Amino acid sequence: MNMTATKIEVETATPAATVAPVVALTPKRPPRTEAYARMVRETAVRVIPPLVVIALLTLIWELICRRAGSALPPPSKVFSDTKELIFDPFFDNGGIDKGLFWHLSASLQRVAFGYSLSAIAGIGLGVLVGQSVWAMRGLDPLFQVLRTIPPLAWLPLSLAAFRDGQPSAIFVIFITSIWPIIINTAVGIRNIPQDYRNVAAVVQLNPLEFFAKIMIPAAAPYIFTGLRIGIGLSWLAIVAAEMLIGGVGIGFFIWDAWNSSHISEIILALFYVGIIGFVLDRLIAGLGKFVTHGTAQN
Amino acid sequence: MTAYLKLDHIDKVFTRGAATTEVLKDINLTIEKGEYVSIIGHSGCGKSTLLNIIAGLTGATTGGVLLENREVNSPGPDRAVVFQNHSLLPWLTVYENVRLGVDKVFARTKSRAERDAWVMHNLNLVQMAHARDKRPSEISGGMKQRVGIARALAMEPKVLLLDEPFGALDALTRAHLQDSVMALHQKLGNTILMITHDVDEAVLLSDRIVMMTNGPSARIGEVLEVPLARPRKRLELATNTTYLKCRQRVLEFLYERHRFVEAA
Repeated sequence: MNMTATKIEVETATPAATVAPVVALTPKRPPRTEAYARMVRETAVRVIPPLVVIALLTLIWELICRRAGSALPPPSKVFSDTKELIFDPFFDNGGIDKGLFWHLSASLQRVAFGYSLSAIAGIGLGVLVGQSVWAMRGLDPLFQVLRTIPPLAWLPLSLAAFRDGQPSAIFVIFITSIWPIIINTAVGIRNIPQDYRNVAAVVQLNPLEFFAKIMIPAAAPYIFTGLRIGIGLSWLAIVAAEMLIGGVGIGFFIWDAWNSSHISEIILALFYVGIIGFVLDRLIAGLGKFVTHGTAQN
Repeated sequence: MTAYLKLDHIDKVFTRGAATTEVLKDINLTIEKGEYVSIIGHSGCGKSTLLNIIAGLTGATTGGVLLENREVNSPGPDRAVVFQNHSLLPWLTVYENVRLGVDKVFARTKSRAERDAWVMHNLNLVQMAHARDKRPSEISGGMKQRVGIARALAMEPKVLLLDEPFGALDALTRAHLQDSVMALHQKLGNTILMITHDVDEAVLLSDRIVMMTNGPSARIGEVLEVPLARPRKRLELATNTTYLKCRQRVLEFLYERHRFVEAA
């Protein structure tokens, strides 16, 4: 009984093995085009609905704002008003009369600086609060109160302290984005499974090695959640802060456009602010996905 | 008897607020070099706590652990643990998981190339060299446990501590892995202390079986020698009278004299 059963297996297995390479060669092409077709289909499914919605909304906007005496310009007018700004973002006539590229890059530089500082300090403090019960008891209530203070409320204080717009704006970004980073990092550290701590203890990792080899990778998914919320808040804060401090920057560009009644320019700037905020969020999310690859699933 | 690992009057009391629970009471045990000892008992009897005390992960309330006549009370690679749920670090590959311990233990005594060779040697011992670049999420439960064993072995522990190492595996994988551990023990002559709740596993693998009474205040109820010659073959033992007698003895202890009390 046993013998014949094995024999049958062998018999069916052999022809399959000899035929397989022959079969594999011919259908190679059709699946590939099929895969392309599927990819196109999937992309279409994702891209077409938002495009349709955007087209519809633009149409409605156009219809509503077209009437004479309308307070806001219709999309067609926005485009014709801001054509120069759209097609020449790199001009620089000195002072604040610069292309949008320069305004956006000034804002992004402030965000990059303030956000980097808050990422470093936030992860550091988060690790401290997550690891030490006493640090948590001492600092957590403070954090819970401070994090509810609106970003702009910090601005007068920081202007008083730094006596300059640039560091004040950076400080506002820092203080706005640090809280979610601290809190999420601390939760991540507290949630490191006891197993990993046991492994580290048996292997006798020193605190520095434990930090680099266990803590950071184990808490990475939480840390990146915090970083992602933080980058969103930074971008929210910078536009508001720049409106008040002036100088080059997308926030002040908007304020300046309002003061000179260039409503179309405001709309264009908002469009850019939205797109860049979206890109920043995706950037951090993508980075997180890349870094935490393997950590998330257990 | 030469005491290689000695558990000397170990008591363990857990205190939570005003409530105190005595988990272990007066545990005395000596283990010889090269011996394979199993600790068996019902769940909740404190056998895992005992292993944690030996590993140094938990402190004993009174009493202590002596390894080669020196007291050990903090974790270290001389008492490497194979954890029940493998505890591999998911962000490291199989190779890196083993290498982590090797790099620490042999930082001064082995060169880079030697450490690499040593990691591969240990992965070969558990037949996992083929998966060196896989992450734990990409291999099966049995394979993870093999890597866990390789990680522990690679630290060249004086005592290898196995905490219900096969508990989370299906029966076939478990049998396969038990055979592997037996072969490794035969080949390397390690001193092994294993926690288990599986009677067959205890009899098949051990030289001595330590049976624990139910908690709270669990004690060592009985120690049974398993006088079966090695190498042992699973199939031959199924009808072996000594094997069956030992098995009977453990079963009697667990199910007659110290039956598991549900509400305890």
